[in-house]
Amino acid sequence: MATAVGTAGQVTERSGIWEWMTTVDHKKIAILYGITSFFFFVVGGIEALLVRTQLAVPNGTVIDADLYNQLFTTHALTMIFLAVMPLGVSFFNYFIPLQIGARDVAFPRLNMLSYWVYLIGAVMLTASFFLGGAPDGGWFGYAPLSDRAYSPGSQMDFYVISLIILGISSLIGALNFAVTIINMRAPGMSMMRLPVYMWMTLITAFLLILSLPVLTVGLIELYFDRNFGTHFFAPEMGGDPILWQHIFWIFGHPEVYILILPSMGVISEVIPVMSRKPLFGYAAVVFAGAAIGVLGFGVWSHHMFTTGLGTVPQVVFSASTMAIGIPTGIKIFNWLGTMYGGNIRFNTAMYFAVSFLVLFTIGGISGVMHASPSVDSHQQDSYFVVAHIHYVLFGGAVMGMFSGMFYWFPKITGRFLDETSGKISFWLMFIGMNATFFPMHFLGISGMPRRIYTYEEGLGWDTWNFVATVGAFILALGVLFFIVNFFQTMRKPRTAPADPWGGSTLEWATTSPPPDHNFDVVPEVRDRDPLWYNRDHGISLPARPEHLHIHLPPPSYFPMIVAMGIGLIGVGLLSHLALSFVGVAVLIYGIWGWSLEPTS
Amino acid sequence: MGRSGPGRIIAIVVSLLITAAVSAILWYWFHESAFLGADFMSTFEPASENAQRIQDIYVLIFWLAGAVFVGVLALTLIFSFMFREKEGVEAKQIHGNSRLEVLWTFIPVIIVVVMAVPTFNTIIDLEADAPDDALEVVARGYQWWFEFEIPELGVVTANEVHIPVDRPVNFRLESADVIHSFWVPRLMGKKDMVPGHVNQIWFTPHEVGEFRGQCAEFCGLSHANMRFRVHVDSAADFDTWVAAQTADAATSEDEAILAGMQQFTQSGCIGCHTVRGNDLAAGVAGPDLTHVASRGTIASGTLANTPEDMERWLSDPPAVKPGSLMPNLNLSDEEIDRLMAYLDSLQ
Amino acid sequence: MAAGTHEVEHHTSLGVDNRKLLMWIFLASECLFFGTLISTYLIFKGQSLVGPYPDDILDIPLTSLSTFVLLMSSLTMVLAVYGAQHGRLGMMKAMLFATILLGVGFLGFQVYEFRHFAHVGLNLGTNQFGASFFVLTGFHGLHVGIGVAYLISLLFGSMRRSGLGKDRALWVDTAGLYWHFVDIVWIVVFTVVYLIPS
Ligand code: HEA
Ligand code: HEA
Ligand code: HEC
Ligand code: CUA
Ligand SMILES: [Cu+2]
Repeated sequence: MATAVGTAGQVTERSGIWEWMTTVDHKKIAILYGITSFFFFVVGGIEALLVRTQLAVPNGTVIDADLYNQLFTTHALTMIFLAVMPLGVSFFNYFIPLQIGARDVAFPRLNMLSYWVYLIGAVMLTASFFLGGAPDGGWFGYAPLSDRAYSPGSQMDFYVISLIILGISSLIGALNFAVTIINMRAPGMSMMRLPVYMWMTLITAFLLILSLPVLTVGLIELYFDRNFGTHFFAPEMGGDPILWQHIFWIFGHPEVYILILPSMGVISEVIPVMSRKPLFGYAAVVFAGAAIGVLGFGVWSHHMFTTGLGTVPQVVFSASTMAIGIPTGIKIFNWLGTMYGGNIRFNTAMYFAVSFLVLFTIGGISGVMHASPSVDSHQQDSYFVVAHIHYVLFGGAVMGMFSGMFYWFPKITGRFLDETSGKISFWLMFIGMNATFFPMHFLGISGMPRRIYTYEEGLGWDTWNFVATVGAFILALGVLFFIVNFFQTMRKPRTAPADPWGGSTLEWATTSPPPDHNFDVVPEVRDRDPLWYNRDHGISLPARPEHLHIHLPPPSYFPMIVAMGIGLIGVGLLSHLALSFVGVAVLIYGIWGWSLEPTS
Repeated sequence: MGRSGPGRIIAIVVSLLITAAVSAILWYWFHESAFLGADFMSTFEPASENAQRIQDIYVLIFWLAGAVFVGVLALTLIFSFMFREKEGVEAKQIHGNSRLEVLWTFIPVIIVVVMAVPTFNTIIDLEADAPDDALEVVARGYQWWFEFEIPELGVVTANEVHIPVDRPVNFRLESADVIHSFWVPRLMGKKDMVPGHVNQIWFTPHEVGEFRGQCAEFCGLSHANMRFRVHVDSAADFDTWVAAQTADAATSEDEAILAGMQQFTQSGCIGCHTVRGNDLAAGVAGPDLTHVASRGTIASGTLANTPEDMERWLSDPPAVKPGSLMPNLNLSDEEIDRLMAYLDSLQ
Repeated sequence: MAAGTHEVEHHTSLGVDNRKLLMWIFLASECLFFGTLISTYLIFKGQSLVGPYPDDILDIPLTSLSTFVLLMSSLTMVLAVYGAQHGRLGMMKAMLFATILLGVGFLGFQVYEFRHFAHVGLNLGTNQFGASFFVLTGFHGLHVGIGVAYLISLLFGSMRRSGLGKDRALWVDTAGLYWHFVDIVWIVVFTVVYLIPS
């Protein structure tokens, strides 16, 4: 009897692309997510490079005010919603089932739906550039500037509709991940034996589940203001622009932890494995993560210190915001504690992880400076904030993701990314990012406001702006090196063993890349670091059974149809309402077929 | 480098040296940039008592934050050098240490408290109502310029306002359209101008001079070109300025000026601009031009108030200032010359 | 090929079916959705600059009746779940049908109310009350509508030869969670919008 791996899932023999379009395998979906989000990372990066080029010298003339406003808005939206969040989702998808010892996520078809909806939202947002202009009201689209009266074109409609669609995608994904982690753990894996990465994923999922609906309601209200004559946020009829700010930031602040927690999870895997030590203070790291998640819902008004909140709210939100530094500090020190006494293997993944500690701390302490309303009255809407957000978002979230890419690449592809090239790109990115974003502190201190497409010369801003622009290109070169590294590596043979780093979590217990069904036998979990426990206690993995018959769900094209329905509804809301009804019909057809489709 | 004897000491020394060097360079740059913008928009060169209060707390938090940074950087470097992979060394399998964990929870708590308490005091003082003797100035944001009004003195002007030194000034912040933000870094932190709301910001300037401000909340196409100036005058200078501003527009028998005045009516300028003393000109969509010639800049700091720049402005405002709500009126050169003669007379 | 390790289907860590857990967590998300809408309504309560004001046009007796209809639908839903769990299929179908009817009845009331309000001059753009009232109750109505469609699909499913399959009880139970949630939200909306005087 031949190996039974091939029988897993009744993949109908189809051409490759169709297989990718209808797959419900979490690993394939992860790869789709990964490639798409990296593509959009480059798009967002190119937008940033254009922004930086315009700002390189005073009175720049490279792009005009209109395009500039579109660029910085879409830069932020692209980086946040199309690049960094989905990049995180890509890793979630790949490693949730592998780390908890499951065959797949709880709802494989919903998983694919989430990808399709993301793709449609992403294409819609980006296509707006060619359909009358991209959103240009800043990524938090403050009313009333985003109202019809001041943004008459369809630009902010694109903003509203694509964010709602992307929100649907994230919500579906988050629900799926939450259920999977809570309910599909391998035997023996209690919650307090979950890998830290899984904990951070779970917290992220709950942040999404609880914050996205708030944004959705805000966007709906904004859409009604723009199109159906309501005045939620326009002052004329008694509406209130400040309400939009509250709604946006009740979502927006949890959102920034949605961006950082996945990377914190990644480095909580990389640092212990490379230090060859268990994570220092597992429980503390987990609880600190949860505390960040909870506190994250109680600090939103720190984005509004200058709107005239009044004394008491300023004091309250200042206190809660500063308090967030404490659990975050606990994590930083626990990671340092993990390195202490280790025998640290400094490969590229570890370089990125260690740089996270320093870069994120810089961003964190500038955040704590913002947390003082008095100080923030100078820093708000100045380049000091731009420095803060890029230290946490790039130095934190993106560097963490790169660490994860180098760490898990062998598991995903069976190949090692080239280390020399990897270190070159690390240093280029590290130097580039500091050269780009550190000077922004100085710019902020000398009074440069953000979101300005031009500035006068001789205000003391010239030098540092130029340095920042040069830095951005160095940074781009680093990313370019990584891309080249990727393509070169993909041409090499597969050499990676199951467990190249001596990892402790279950994904290292299966082959690299893993088979469709992930594990021949799902290992029994006896410890927080199951593989190390097995190693130390001489327990070997149970032998692969001679006959393996594992049932995997068949591919399905219904997710694609449902997503098309959602997309059509969106297009209808942007153009002719009638189209939305076609969309509803497609949606109903898709759901109908979905529920009748046999899953075995 | 290893973990024993001299290796360990070298690792620590090298790490501390790097940390010290990085910190020194950063400190120098911070210091430089704070003063580079000193004549313009530095947030670190307070020229009012209230801004000084902010500065005090800024400096305190800055040092504490700096200390945290130095600590984390030093530890990261030390551990990276000290525990670098080495043949034949086993990593210590420790899972945690409660005492240490309590310690590094407790220290940040203290730091946070040290930051928070003075912050709260500052908020309470700065957010309190302005003293009774404060001069009341209404600042109104428009896309993309500022209107200033001193009701008690009857002054209305745009983009450049004068205030007396050593007397509290209370700005009432309003907006005519979208959200703008009022920010003169050297005089005070910023506060938003929100349509439908009235915010207040007050301070007592203690230095005579010209201070630059800029709209700090994104407000559309020409947000970058929404600048203004606050002149802090000695009491005598301030009175002179007020007297000049409250006067009606100068009248003249000069033919060129009269022709310009007529042109001003013909070209429709009167529909948007007020010139007190010229009864036809009572528009309110644009800045009050009664004393436009007395201002140093036009179009909210985008252009200097020189004949060349005025000509550029009148010939095509949106070309100078994207999106400007003053349209291109397709004026001929002669018309512009006539208008400029009139505008120049509005001292 | 038959021998070998067979995956035990539906092994779950909590012992709750994934689909049901999904519904629970989804409803948590919905709480925030309606929470935001209700907050918006509360924030704009009494902020209308022009009429019609709530006191002028809200018809409390009529809406009490429609609320009663919706509450009854929760009762029939409970009975439908009972029927599904205890294999009493006739009861299940009848009660699903009753729930659908009651849900449609509630929607009928709402359509009538909306049309009436439009008739007396309250539209989305009229004032803050109109905007926040229509958006809040409209999205609630949308949820009821989706619930009705959901129940209809279950009813049709149960009339196939194979019925709802071995997961019958689970399907109906999960739909019931959704239905009760939407009902509870209505109770809050009814209290906030109709009962608490402005
Ligand atoms: C990944 C994203 C991310 C993360 C993690 C954070 C983390 C934090 N942020 Fe940041 N923030 C953003 C993304 C993020 N932020 C973005 C995008 C904006 C701008 C939005 C916009 O306007 O466009 C913003 C804006 C922003 C503001 C508003 C600024 C303004 O517009 O005026 C404030 C104000 O308080 C703030 C505070 C904080 C704080 C206190 C933290 C804390 O969580 C940081 C905690 C970490 C540390 C403190 C470092 C480690 C701790 C120690 C080593 C222990 C010892 C330290 C102390 C005791 C201080 N942030
Ligand atoms: C995760 C989020 C994220 C990330 C990763 C980044 C990454 C970068 N950001 Fe972004 N940024 C934001 C989130 C992010 N940003 C947000 C939220 C705002 C606020 C927006 C607002 O105000 O509304 C902002 C605003 C913002 C501004 C301020 C604009 C303004 O206020 O006017 C600037 C200015 O320099 C900037 C620059 C950059 C740069 C240079 C990068 C670089 O790190 C990018 C590096 C990546 C690349 C460069 C891609 C690599 C490209 C290639 C490999 C192709 C090679 C091609 C060529 C060389 C042509 N960003
Ligand atoms: C449709 C309205 C409108 C008309 C007509 C109009 N203006 Fe203006 N004007 C404005 C607005 C709005 C501004 C402010 C522009 C800005 O700074 O963004 C302005 C600014 C100016 C300024 C600069 C004032 C300052 O202090 O910054 C001058 C000078 C001026 N206008 C002169 C004229 C003249 C002369 C005419 C007629 C030929 C004219 N305007 C017609 C609306 C108008
Ligand atoms: Cu006004 Cu920016
Ligand atoms: Cu925040």
